[in-house]
Amino acid sequence: MAFISSGYNPDKPMEDRITDIGPRKYDEFYPSVIAKNKGKWSHHEILEAGVIVHVAESGDEVYTVRVGGCRLMTTTHLEEICQIADKHCDGHVRFTTRNNVEFMVDSKDKVEPLKNDLASRIFSGGSQKFPIGGTGAGITNIVHTQGWIHCHTPATDASGTVKATMDEVFEDFQSMRLPAKLRISMACCLNMCGAVHCSDIAILGYHRKPPMLDHEYLDKICEIPLAIKACPTAAIRPAKTKLADGTEVKTVAVKNERCMFCGNCYTMCPSMPLADTEGDGIVLMAGGKVSNRISHPKFSKVVVAFIPNDMPRWPSMTDAIKKMINAYSNGANKYERLGDWAERIGWEKFFEVCELDFSHHLIDDFRQQAYMSWRQSTQFKF
Amino acid sequence: MAKHKTPLLDQLESGPWPSFVSDLKHQAEVRAKNEEGIEFQIPQDCVEDLLGVLELSYKHGRTHWKHGGIVGVFGYGGGVIGRYCDQPALFPGVEHFHTMRVSQPAGKYYTTEYLRNIMKLWDLRGSGVTNMHGSTGDIILLGTTTPQLEEIFYELTHNLNQDLGGSGSNLRTPADCLGSSRCEYACYDSQALCHFLTNEYQDELHRPAFPYKFKFKFDACPNGCVASIARSDMSFIGTWKDDIQIDQDAVNKYVENDSAYPSNAGAHKNRDWGPFDIQKEVINLCPTGCMSFENKQLTIDNANCTRCMHCINTMPRALKPGKEKGCSILCGAKAPILDGAQMGSLLVPFVEVNPDNDYQAITEVIENIWDWWMEEGNNRERLGELIMRQGFQRLLEVTGIKAAPQHVQYPRTNPYIFWKEEEVPGGWERDVEEYRKHHLR
Ligand code: HEM
Ligand code: HEM
Ligand code: HEM
Ligand code: HEM
Ligand code: SF4
Ligand code: SF4
Ligand code: SF4
Ligand code: SF4
Repeated sequence: MAFISSGYNPDKPMEDRITDIGPRKYDEFYPSVIAKNKGKWSHHEILEAGVIVHVAESGDEVYTVRVGGCRLMTTTHLEEICQIADKHCDGHVRFTTRNNVEFMVDSKDKVEPLKNDLASRIFSGGSQKFPIGGTGAGITNIVHTQGWIHCHTPATDASGTVKATMDEVFEDFQSMRLPAKLRISMACCLNMCGAVHCSDIAILGYHRKPPMLDHEYLDKICEIPLAIKACPTAAIRPAKTKLADGTEVKTVAVKNERCMFCGNCYTMCPSMPLADTEGDGIVLMAGGKVSNRISHPKFSKVVVAFIPNDMPRWPSMTDAIKKMINAYSNGANKYERLGDWAERIGWEKFFEVCELDFSHHLIDDFRQQAYMSWRQSTQFKF
Repeated sequence: MAKHKTPLLDQLESGPWPSFVSDLKHQAEVRAKNEEGIEFQIPQDCVEDLLGVLELSYKHGRTHWKHGGIVGVFGYGGGVIGRYCDQPALFPGVEHFHTMRVSQPAGKYYTTEYLRNIMKLWDLRGSGVTNMHGSTGDIILLGTTTPQLEEIFYELTHNLNQDLGGSGSNLRTPADCLGSSRCEYACYDSQALCHFLTNEYQDELHRPAFPYKFKFKFDACPNGCVASIARSDMSFIGTWKDDIQIDQDAVNKYVENDSAYPSNAGAHKNRDWGPFDIQKEVINLCPTGCMSFENKQLTIDNANCTRCMHCINTMPRALKPGKEKGCSILCGAKAPILDGAQMGSLLVPFVEVNPDNDYQAITEVIENIWDWWMEEGNNRERLGELIMRQGFQRLLEVTGIKAAPQHVQYPRTNPYIFWKEEEVPGGWERDVEEYRKHHLR
């Protein structure tokens, strides 16, 4: 393969250099019905799961067909999206914050052909390329992070746990029968690139073993002060050790009982790996939300302290998730989010109706917010 | 023929949800065949090797990626994340497999023409694997080699009028909800504000000068579709000050269960919840109890409404946000590392969102906060942590915002007020001898 120059001259990097131009301007990409009616929308209706109509004050309508997408997406798949957009939507398409894809048409008669086209496209392995759904009181796509496909600190995979979960809850992606919307999020380590800490259900990768120390290489590869500084719990201190051959090297020591397994040290110092087959797995959290509707936004709570990684489909994880969704669906009032329902019935009942075990790990002992979560009352349910 | 056997990943091809494994396999085949005759600038079989290394992770239960090595484009401190495989002999195609973040357009609308240009560039110079989109908001191009970074940047800026996004200790690529472009709830134009601030602060975005990362996110109403309150150091949430606009006829259409007026815009269609009952579903669920419905007349005590959106969401054809619109600014949200998770705390209850004066009221708050954070923030200290360390009162001080009961859920429960000397008449310097004249030792 011959190197093809873009025009960039490595000897003169500043020549013709263009910087700080930012993203393309959003309105270059608006479909015409959007450009025309921006700021003048009257109302909307979800016609069926995945199909929404927005009606403008002018009477114009835009029909949106929302389909699930993998955020990990190749150009081959994107090309197919472009073909659909060219065929039905005048070459326009939109992505949502939750990795769904939205195809918009400006009249009702264009909806059925678009839907049929989308539904007809199947991957060779049997899965749907463009499942329609993800609206209203159902389960939409899972926002997630990189996982084993591309990050150095994950304690589980992201795309795989998401695929396994979405397959199990797929009916609720394509229908709107839950009491309210239910948001699932996934992050593969406690850094939580995806900020999963405010989701109805959160899947979180978690390590359980402190870093190993590659003494022989540590000082050669790492800036020891940076590794020490990276640790949120100040568990790392500088140290010296003797290698097997008797040479003394500078290294670090980790106070294991202070380690919260965040992997920040590994980010700074590749000689401190912490991934481990038995140590790593999944934490499930529940009951968070970000919307201000009815109740305030709230954090998710840890409801399952640990589930071992069970590739490729994580059945115990999806089982626990389904138990929560079923109990919620049966027990909650209309409009009640999972966390509001859990608070109304009490978390002690939540564990009972979801058939989840409670263990000492679920009682907060991290810094001062812990106290707020203990029960300062004699009011509780047996 | 696949280069590596992937028996575990193969099991993720079945089931209804789109399979990323099928997609990657398909991509690997397309690259192998190369019907378009592309002169691939990185290994042609990199997607095969990506599947191979992922399969190995599925077998081991451990990642095979390493961090480290500073890579980037000249003059920028972010936008590229170095990534190396820890089994390069087995998977040479992904030995160097860096990420590039491409600044997405606000609202994430695209034309196929634009997408195809990006794809063409990425097929030539990268793996063709992307994230549409990463959780910050950028288009993520996943997997290329170091020599390609400048070439890609050159083509992006010269041919596509397109810049990289942020990573590292700088302003991260801002992201927004689709707002007024297609949502009747929008209280301000989130795309316009997002785009303006992204461009206004290009220097902060590309050249790390902050203690740590900093994120802006824009929700045009309190429904919070981009979760700004949980995911951004500064969250701009649309709101209004005056009265909810009521169309009484439409309210009654809902009450009469008119089929053109489905409650909650049809979001509960697939279960029989019984006929819509305004008392039970709206009036009684209003968190402030500020609504009533009598004699076919809906009344809202707007002075006591907290603008939670419930009634508007439930009867979108009858109710609209008020006319005096703007946004609230909340500060300090972050994920749990290092000191526990934080949500944004309300700093500015209401501010106008005025493009005509370049959003001056908003940039003033931003810049005051940055000045403080850059001065006082420790290395790797998020804004939320600085606020915790120095206090919310300090945040008010540096932004010149007057304390108001809106800032708190409830007033403090301890009397440990750190009075400042100038707040106490006479100051702190006193004469103990004078005191002793009246109080014997
Ligand atoms: C101490 C905290 C964090 C650390 C050390 C960290 C580290 C990293 C690293 C190393 C990557 C590269 C993954 C790859 O593409 O190969 C990454 C990606 C990313 N991070 Fe973080 N991260 C942190 C917190 C966050 C948070 C709180 C967010 C968002 C709210 C976030 C958003 C992202 C995004 C959008 C990406 C791009 C890949 C993706 O979308 O998953 N990060 N982070
Ligand atoms: C700086 C913090 C505090 C100090 C120095 C303090 C000191 C005292 C002292 C010296 C007494 C005994 C008075 C006596 O002998 O009659 C007392 C009584 C009491 N304190 Fe505090 N206290 C503090 C904070 C609190 C707080 C935060 C609460 C409750 C939330 C509280 C609740 C009480 C009560 C209920 C009594 C009454 C006992 C009685 O009726 O006999 N104190 N406190
Ligand atoms: C150190 C000084 C304190 C003393 C001498 C003290 C003494 C008392 C006494 C005598 C009572 C009344 C019990 C009864 O009704 O028979 C009481 C009640 C109470 N104290 Fe304390 N207390 C002290 C500090 C505190 C502190 C620091 C707190 C909380 C942070 C506290 C919280 C309470 C509460 C919540 C009650 C119950 C009040 C009620 O009836 O609702 N006390 N205390
Ligand atoms: C530096 C801080 C403090 C100092 C120097 C201090 C000092 C004292 C002294 C010298 C006494 C008298 C002891 C005696 O002879 O009966 C006393 C009593 C007392 N202090 Fe403190 N104290 C402090 C903080 C507190 C705090 C924080 C509390 C409560 C939260 C508290 C609650 C009490 C109570 C309730 C008594 C009365 C005990 C009784 O009546 O039997 N003190 N303190
Ligand atoms: S959540 Fe952690 S492991 Fe996952 S992509 Fe982010 S930093 Fe990497
Ligand atoms: S994993 Fe995190 S807590 Fe543990 S030693 Fe490393 S930096 Fe510290
Ligand atoms: S946050 Fe509000 S304005 Fe923005 S898209 Fe969501 S509902 Fe509409
Ligand atoms: S917006 Fe919320 S608080 Fe205000 S009237 Fe409607 S339901 Fe009540």
